[in-house]
Amino acid sequence: MSLLHVAILSPFLFAILVPFLYKYFRKIHTGWFVLVLPVLLFAYFTQFISSNMNGETIKQTANWIPSLGINFTAYIDGLGLLFALLITGIGALVILYSIYYLSKEKEQLNTFYVYLLMFMGAMLGVVLSDNLIVLYTFWEFTSLSSFLLIGYWYKREKSRYGAQKSMLITIFGGLLMLGGFIMLYMMTNTFSIREIIEKVPEISQHELFIPALVLILFGAFTKSAQFPFYIWLPDAMEAPTPVSAYLHSATMVKAGIYIVARFSPVFAGTPEWFWIVSAFGIFTMFWGSFNAVKQTDLKSILAFSTVSQLGMIMSMLGVGSAALAIDSIDNSVYTVATLAAVFHLINHATFKGSLFMVVGIVDHETGTRDIRKLGGLMSFMPITFTISIIGAFSMAGLPPFNGFLSKEMFFTSMIRILEMDVFNLETLGLLFPIIAWIGSIFTFIYSMVLVFKTFTGKYQPEKLEKKPHEAPIGMLISPIILASLVIIFFFFPNILAYTIIEPAMASIIPGLLGDENHFHVHIYAWHGFSIELFMTLGVIALGVLGYFFLRKWRGVYNLVPEKLALNKGYDAALYTLDKSTFKITRFYMTGFIRDYLAIIFTFFILILGTTLILTDGFSFSLKGTAPIGIYEAVLAVVMVIGTITVLFAKSRLTAIIALGSVGYSLSLFFVVFRAPDLALTQLLVETVSVALFLLCFYHLPEFKKKEKKLNFKLTNLIISLGVGAIVTLIALSANSQRVSETISTYFIENSYKLAGGKNMVNVILVDFRGFDTLFEIAVLGIAGLGIYSMIRLKVRKGEEG
Amino acid sequence: MEVLMSIVVGILISAAVYLMLSRSLLRIIIGTGLLSHGAHLLILTMGGLKTGAAPLLGENAKVYVDPLPQALILTAIVISFGVTSFFLVLAYRSYQELGTDDMDQLRGNDQYE
Repeated sequence: MSLLHVAILSPFLFAILVPFLYKYFRKIHTGWFVLVLPVLLFAYFTQFISSNMNGETIKQTANWIPSLGINFTAYIDGLGLLFALLITGIGALVILYSIYYLSKEKEQLNTFYVYLLMFMGAMLGVVLSDNLIVLYTFWEFTSLSSFLLIGYWYKREKSRYGAQKSMLITIFGGLLMLGGFIMLYMMTNTFSIREIIEKVPEISQHELFIPALVLILFGAFTKSAQFPFYIWLPDAMEAPTPVSAYLHSATMVKAGIYIVARFSPVFAGTPEWFWIVSAFGIFTMFWGSFNAVKQTDLKSILAFSTVSQLGMIMSMLGVGSAALAIDSIDNSVYTVATLAAVFHLINHATFKGSLFMVVGIVDHETGTRDIRKLGGLMSFMPITFTISIIGAFSMAGLPPFNGFLSKEMFFTSMIRILEMDVFNLETLGLLFPIIAWIGSIFTFIYSMVLVFKTFTGKYQPEKLEKKPHEAPIGMLISPIILASLVIIFFFFPNILAYTIIEPAMASIIPGLLGDENHFHVHIYAWHGFSIELFMTLGVIALGVLGYFFLRKWRGVYNLVPEKLALNKGYDAALYTLDKSTFKITRFYMTGFIRDYLAIIFTFFILILGTTLILTDGFSFSLKGTAPIGIYEAVLAVVMVIGTITVLFAKSRLTAIIALGSVGYSLSLFFVVFRAPDLALTQLLVETVSVALFLLCFYHLPEFKKKEKKLNFKLTNLIISLGVGAIVTLIALSANSQRVSETISTYFIENSYKLAGGKNMVNVILVDFRGFDTLFEIAVLGIAGLGIYSMIRLKVRKGEEG
Repeated sequence: MEVLMSIVVGILISAAVYLMLSRSLLRIIIGTGLLSHGAHLLILTMGGLKTGAAPLLGENAKVYVDPLPQALILTAIVISFGVTSFFLVLAYRSYQELGTDDMDQLRGNDQYE
């Protein structure tokens, strides 16, 4: 255990303290105690920046299950550090915000901060683990803590619905991802991502390579809300706003992005990876922004915009991966996509975090998040308005905000696709810039809707629950910090370039490190009059038109999305699953013991019968069989008659006596087949049994009147005949194929010599195999005790339980 | 001889299964009785029905019948007797307490709706 391990686990450890702090320091908001931790962690992680810049990585291992190769290996490289800084930095801001957002009196703060800390620790574990299984463990912790946080107001039905939905979808993906991890292990025999990357050339032709790729992408796509798995994210908006800001914009949903980036060195360069990641990404980008425009709830707009922006990052990572497939010497032009992805990842965290906080403020101060009720808040909340302008314009990709830079680079990378000479991109590649451009127009529109519908237009005090006023300063600190970052990153993008972005790129596409192990990552605001600039101008022009004529073309939404509503599909699937499993269970769990017996016997017939046929197991020979004597034949006939009498007996007395006759003929068989001890025992046992039956006779029920002629049922007949036939066939086959001689010669030779007895059966019972007899005695004893207690111990009515 | 006995065993077991699939508890018990008879006979048959002396060394015969299946059957008889008598008393008690021996009426009532 090193300091790094302690740092990763510290949120979990601190979470243990939280309930005590909550209980014993009621006067102080618990969030203040919690705030200390992410600040410290953020400071701790910043010290790694300088070493990472020089291309150094830190690897610390603590043994967990060394025999299985599962060890807690913490690994810090550019990518992990970027995420760690995001998690702790935004985490600190969100906790600060939540102190003012959540009331000390009304809310259960202890559970909130325990869940939040659990999430923070899990997220740090995900991004800083080198071991796949450890990564997966933390991954599921993020799902679990997200579930708990979404369902924080558990008395609301919608919270529970959203929590369950996100749980089902992300756990579904997580389990598939585990499958992918295990496949990677099967190919490389190691759980360490570092070592797997080294072995990539050996495994890229392996038959499990593509399945592993697909399964891992399932995990990434479900977590990062890619199409069609994005449906959980809008429902997760039932969580408190700090949670939405933290989990569902800045960190957890980027865990999938992280996975894609992390596994790029393993899978990138294959056409499957490129196509799945970039095609799903770009379509998600379009679909999210298209749907965001029609939302009326501020948080829903932000949820869909998050989906869209995540798709955008995803598509850039996909396009960036194609650079690895290109053999040309100077592929630094193609790495721009990866650069843009990392840069936009940071930008998105800043502006989306601030926007969520702004929405939380509006909700907090007016009591609603519905844009139809809001409007004209500008004069009441000037600071909030300013922050939201910054956030939304950055999201729309306007200068002078950082979103502009990353959107320009996004366009650049999409256009560069056309120059790529791989994966049929010369033709199909044209779709990418077009979809990206259309998606950006919608992005522009919903960004404008978000700001202007809320803060400008007509003020409608009658629809608001509270009189709006500016938020307390404490609530504004975090969004102000984030908004200033949005502007700072625009004017000084290069403070990030070599410190954060370049090491992160080195982790994503290590094979492409250029001269002196560096990428060319200088970020410009001004490219000259390039095609990207004209695309942006087009976005603005069409976006403005689209915003002003929104009412005119809104009808489009009534046509399209209803039919394509994935939520309905999800609900219907869940409902059908529930109903059909119930139906299946009802079908065979009837509660009738007869049905269960019938099923058991049917399977007995089917399995043994097919085995007999498939293995060609049936054989019949008369070799070695004894001749049929007259006594045996007569006895057999008697026995069969007795059996049939039992079957057709109309009264129970007849049935009991017929059963006795079968038993006595059995003992006569024992006589004929020279088994005196058996004959004796059978005679006795049959006598006692029949006596027992007769003893119970007067207490036992009469055969039912209507059942007098035994209810003839064809299925029962078929099943019983089948069982009998199978037994006979197997008996005949077994008898015809004796494999070895009996071991009884030993007993015959040694009964007298070793045990001093002449009755071989008795010697076997008490001497050679005495243990059987011991426990057979035990069985009889237990049966006797059972019968006794059953008769003597009676619970009267009302005394049960 | 073994062929004849195998067929008899088959008939016994068919009858037993048919009885076990019926509604009356008493018939089910009778069915288990027949089933154990069938099983015992099957063990004996499978041990081989070659002629020989009874497994008593005092007979001084050259060939004896196989003693091992006989020992196994003896154990099985006693165990099935114990179980059958327990089952019989159980049926008697359940009839006393519940007033029916119809298996269809003895259905569980843990319905999931």
